Amino acid sequence: MRGGAHTLAPMLHCGTDGGMTSDPLPAFDPQRFLRHGVGGHGGLLALTYHAHGPDWVELHLPYRAELIGDPDSGVLASGPILTMMDMATSLAVWTRLGRFRPHATLDLRIDYLRPATPGKAVFGRGECYRITRSISFVRGQAHDGDPTDPLAHVAGTFMFTDAPVEAPVEKGA
Amino acid sequence: MMLPPYAALLGIAHVGGDDPTLLTMPSADTLLGRPGYLHGGAIGGLLEMAAIVALRSALADDGGGQIKPINVTVDFMRGGREKPTFARGTVTRLGGRVANVEAIAWQGDAAKPIAAARMNYLIVRG
Repeated sequence: MRGGAHTLAPMLHCGTDGGMTSDPLPAFDPQRFLRHGVGGHGGLLALTYHAHGPDWVELHLPYRAELIGDPDSGVLASGPILTMMDMATSLAVWTRLGRFRPHATLDLRIDYLRPATPGKAVFGRGECYRITRSISFVRGQAHDGDPTDPLAHVAGTFMFTDAPVEAPVEKGA
Repeated sequence: MMLPPYAALLGIAHVGGDDPTLLTMPSADTLLGRPGYLHGGAIGGLLEMAAIVALRSALADDGGGQIKPINVTVDFMRGGREKPTFARGTVTRLGGRVANVEAIAWQGDAAKPIAAARMNYLIVRG
């Protein structure tokens, strides 16, 4: 199958290629997915790809005065961090799954560990740690240069919005 | 009440009238996630602004103070379409050190929210 890292992925692939063993589609690649930049709200925030692994994606949010939520301190509003972490965790789901599948955010929680440092870019690393037939579970952290000193921690869930995936069907069954 | 720069970026404004805690955000291409639907982060940004407006308003009537966000949980109930969104925050408890705030966002029918948030804030009394 597509990469060995995601053990749950094979049963979820059967919607499009159940039982096929030859010519698999290339695995979902978040760097390629974002190579032309991000449109819509992510584009407004100038979010860009930074790095990824088998089940995680890290995005980059440049500091801008327009993103300030507290004029007294210059600290960023949580909306931009919410947007970045929603996108990073969403991409992490497809990366772990190995393919794009439409889904919608059910819920997202952010714990603010400390204020973002004024003037510094923020990195958001989203991880998908579990995928079931209908739901994916995600978590992540945002930092502004030092991953060991995160400024926010997130946890959330997504629900797939396409037809439910059945259990894998063996070829010829 | 003055809204922060981030609210201006999203086009968030007070509706006016006799409810100072009611906010609105217009539809814009720069607020979309998947085609035809508002990005959850933009909706979350609006909910946060509604919560802050409600809390600052309640705090102003209660001696004032600084607020610091502790956490936020956003539930997305319906896709936000390309039309104006409204949001209102409610302070469920204003304590000496912590405030619990809820915010709800809707389009058209307030009885059919598209998203809701719960937020906890630390309060630093002046």
